[in-house]
Parts: sequence; structure tokens; C-alpha cells
Amino acid sequence: MLNERQLITVLQHGLPLISRPYAAIAEQIGSTEQEVMEYITAMQARGDIKRFGVVVRHRNLGYQANAMVVWNIPDDRVDELGGCFGKFEFVNLSYRRPRRLPDWPYNLFCMIHGHDRDDVLRNLAQMIDSCHVGDMPHAILFSTHCYKQRGAVYIHDQINGNDHLTNKSDIA
Amino acid sequence: MMEALHSLDKKIINSLQGGFPLCEKPWDVLSQQLDIPADEIMSRIERLMQDGYISRFGPMYNAEKLGGGLTLAAMKVPPNRFDEVTDCVNAFDEVAHNYQRDHIFNMWFVLATEKPEQIKQIIKKIEKQTGLLVYNMPKKEEYFLGLKFEV
Repeated sequence: MLNERQLITVLQHGLPLISRPYAAIAEQIGSTEQEVMEYITAMQARGDIKRFGVVVRHRNLGYQANAMVVWNIPDDRVDELGGCFGKFEFVNLSYRRPRRLPDWPYNLFCMIHGHDRDDVLRNLAQMIDSCHVGDMPHAILFSTHCYKQRGAVYIHDQINGNDHLTNKSDIA
Repeated sequence: MMEALHSLDKKIINSLQGGFPLCEKPWDVLSQQLDIPADEIMSRIERLMQDGYISRFGPMYNAEKLGGGLTLAAMKVPPNRFDEVTDCVNAFDEVAHNYQRDHIFNMWFVLATEKPEQIKQIIKKIEKQTGLLVYNMPKKEEYFLGLKFEV
């Protein structure tokens, strides 16, 4: 029987770069290659695994600038506009979050990447034009420094008996 | 930095951001799709990881669905205390990313915990240690998660 917790723990270290990676994973957790593949498929279908593949470090790939653009959108239009923002390929996430009044009036957050700041601003202008949000209050928060970039969730590693820092998710 | 990437590296990165085949010999499938020998794909990925272009090869989990806690938090840090507060916040293992941004809310970090209730505990600890308010802004709705970078 496959232990799902064990599979999650082993997979968080990444897939081994060998000819039959799923067989190797299966061997580590006392399961079969077929079962491992079925479980991963099921976890993807359920949304427990958002994506399966490579995770890039965008700063090293020439995407030097990113801005978090935050909007104060009437509650009854957040879904519509959040969906509109999310359609652009330069928008990497579009989330609804709670306002923290009176200090923080913004309830829709999107992350826009670009090769430099001008590129980000051009993308934003295109998005504003296309989604007709020119009159919506918003703020542009460029990142000036990245102090820490790693996933960090503890999962107890039942295989090795150690706690490992893991990369459960790269963004909140 | 982009210039250092071979066209085959770009091809591999662009393809693998979209997913990885789930079959007994995934590299052979990929090899056919990309028209690159399987051994070469693997060795290129290994090098891309070593050189820091790729941080990980495997699953991106949905922490909440797996029972973990995840949130985005922000602070208004007085500029003269920024370094000190950064050190304090980053000392927590639960802090995944920490970005400085040009706004009165100038510190933005992601908290990821094994259990959801730990988020509030960590926030309280940070507030106590820094004497500053931490604004918790958990995701309420997700409209898109692309995170695919064409190279």
C-alpha cells in the first residue's frame, strides 16, 4: 500500500534525474511504479499538486523586475476583474485578499513581471487599458530587494527521521 | 544572464514549466517531443539546477490543500530599523520569501507552516519581537497561477 504522506515527503526533494524516476521513488517508499504514477495523477487532478515540472528562478532568467500591483475594487467586481487580470501572460498571479482598513484599502493583488521596470509599466498600461480599470485606485509596489527566496514548510520526513525544509509552495 | 543559455536549454525550460510526462520512461517521451536525446536533457537540467536557473524539478504542492498554512504578510518598517527587522523576520524558518518593496508597507513576506493555526502564532512572535504590527493578508480567491516564464 502506498503511504501518501511518504510520497509527498519524498517528492518534495524533487524527482531523481534517472531513466525511470517513478520506479526509484516507488522503491524508496515500498510501493510500485504504477501506483506512484497513479497517485501523482490523482494529486494533480485534486489540485494538491498545482504544477509538476521545473520551477525557475526568474531573476536569473532575465526577468529582473517585478511589481505587485494592488487594487481597491468594489467587492461585487473583484471576481470579474481578477479574472481579467489573470488572462495576461505577464501576470503571474491574481489573488483576492482582505482589506486591512484603514491602513490598507486594497483587495485585489496581481504580480507583474518584466525584463525591467519600464517593461513592467508597459504591461500594466496594457492591462489597465484592456480591463478598463483606469479609474480604480491602485498602487504599484516594485520590489527593491529579495532577502529570502526559498520555500519553507516543515514536513516530518518519515523516511530519514529528519525534519526537512521543503518547497511546498513558492507563493502564498 | 540570458545570453548564457543555449537554445536547447531554453527549449527544455519552456517545455518543462508546463509539466512532466507521467509514464514509465518520461525522458524518452520528452526526448521525442523536444527532439533532444534523453541523456542530454537530463544532463542539461542537472547543470541548469547547479547554475541556479532552475530551483527545483518536481511538484509544486498546494500547501493549504495538504493541510498546511500559507499567507502573505506585510509590515510598515521604519527605514532606520529595516536591517534589524529583516534579520528578525528571516530568522523564522516559516518565512519563505521576503521582499522589500517601495511603499510605506515596505516589507512583504510569505509565511508557510505545517499547520494553519501556526500562522497566527508566528505573526504574534514577530510582532512581539519587533514591536511592529504584522498585517496578515491570506489569499481569499485565486484567479490565476501561471508562473511560466518564456525564455
